[in-house]
Amino acid sequence: MFRAESARVLGALMRRFGNLDLAEDAFQDACVAAVETWPRDGTPINPGAWLTTVAGNRALDRIRRESARLPKEVEASGLRAGWGRRPASALETIDPLASADEREGLDSGAPLADDQLRLVFLCCHPALAPQVQVALTLRTVGGLTTTEIARAYLVPESTMAQRLVRARRKIVLAGIPFRLPEGDELAERTAAVLSVVYLIFNEGYAASGTDTVVRRDLCVEAVRLSSLLEQLLPDVAEVLGLRALLLLHDARRAARVDSAGRLVPLDEQDRAQWGSAQIARGVALVERALRLGPVGPYQVQASIAALHAEAESSATTDWAQIVELYGLLAHLAPGPLVTLNRAVAVAMWDGPAAGLSLLDELSASGELAGHHRLPSARAQLLEQLGRTGDAVAAYDEALALVDNAPERDYLTTRRARLLSR
Amino acid sequence: MRYLLLIHTNPENWATLSEAEAGAMYGEYTAFTQRIVDSGEFVSGDPLQGPDTATVVRVRDGARSTTDGPYVETKEHLAGYYVIDCAGLDRALAIAAEIPDARFAGVEVRPLADMTMPS
Repeated sequence: MFRAESARVLGALMRRFGNLDLAEDAFQDACVAAVETWPRDGTPINPGAWLTTVAGNRALDRIRRESARLPKEVEASGLRAGWGRRPASALETIDPLASADEREGLDSGAPLADDQLRLVFLCCHPALAPQVQVALTLRTVGGLTTTEIARAYLVPESTMAQRLVRARRKIVLAGIPFRLPEGDELAERTAAVLSVVYLIFNEGYAASGTDTVVRRDLCVEAVRLSSLLEQLLPDVAEVLGLRALLLLHDARRAARVDSAGRLVPLDEQDRAQWGSAQIARGVALVERALRLGPVGPYQVQASIAALHAEAESSATTDWAQIVELYGLLAHLAPGPLVTLNRAVAVAMWDGPAAGLSLLDELSASGELAGHHRLPSARAQLLEQLGRTGDAVAAYDEALALVDNAPERDYLTTRRARLLSR
Repeated sequence: MRYLLLIHTNPENWATLSEAEAGAMYGEYTAFTQRIVDSGEFVSGDPLQGPDTATVVRVRDGARSTTDGPYVETKEHLAGYYVIDCAGLDRALAIAAEIPDARFAGVEVRPLADMTMPS
């Protein structure tokens, strides 16, 4: 219920108090207060501002309680939890107990959006491990509970709680600053933020069929985060590119899985089930991103997704352009999965034999060894070429490597269908 | 905020350098040190003698024992350090990236635990 306000409230609290633990605790206090009073007094006109004000007051209460409880000698030795002390990174020292007038001076001239952006950059700081960045972003910017994040990532709640505690501790002790990256740093740090959102989406997208609903919620969460980023960085082409990519993939989510939880491949999906309004928004966004430039990997992937989304069937898809876009992607962000996807597109455009010879090159390079997608793609092309024996062998190879239940079921079905012919 | 920058080196890297290249590396160190002295962020720093000169002291049940060699035997070893006082981790990482050995092994950035009274 308060998820949407998390980034805004925590951004404002971080600016004022500079301590993520305190900010999170105070935000929780404010949410509890809202649950108690809103049903009685009515929802405030501006819930975000209400939560920010109440959370700010609760944070002050917590600081007062904490200082009163600490014995003088502990305080003197500086071994405090760090509450009420901004990280030393902030050059100015701020007394959190300063009067409202004094604080006002600090708050003025700092747009709310910048505080939210600072919060995003803080959570996605490269000094934190990628999985920690993901968890902290979901918790702090996305407002998910620790329980929800733990469930989505299939780890015990205590493990996730520990991970978050350690992350906040490192932020304070290592002096990770609450600031906006500048100059050359900005592009690099923005890329890190985008990759966190992309990882969150993929985690949810890969979870289908028998997986729990909460994992698929990660897609919704990633789309929401991409919308926040679009508001905060509206002129960065790759931000729009990622948002377009997620919208376009998300629009096809319902059609990817049938009523029995089985994966449906792109060429067999019921395109009437695709979200046409969301596709239109995605297409418009990627066009805007490409006009802004410079072009980047997310924009290219979104362009590919747009071509799929706009086609009425696999047969009428503009495969020539998709092959070209994969070529561009291989240039911007080379990787074996890009090579594989390009080979599959070549097979659609130029016939299975052409695609197969590219896949054979990829096999020979050993770059995708151990990944089920390579033998799985080979199997399907061999099947189209009528090389049944080789295709079955490739399906067996893929089945030995696959670790995800819906994909395994899909491969098993294809293999059985081939043998029964 | 104060940070200790621990410079790790793989001696094999230095061994491959020609005399001129090694001279250029020393020059880079001198210039780097001068930059952080000028910016007011330098607190202290020194290169260390090699790990073959290290001795570890342990006290167990009041008895002192000494062993020859570094605390941990690794291919990379601690070759020097800087203590800097700068605005925060982003600045500390930027400074660490200017240390020539960051291009070879790596520089570990560790915040010093602040035991002083907050101002």
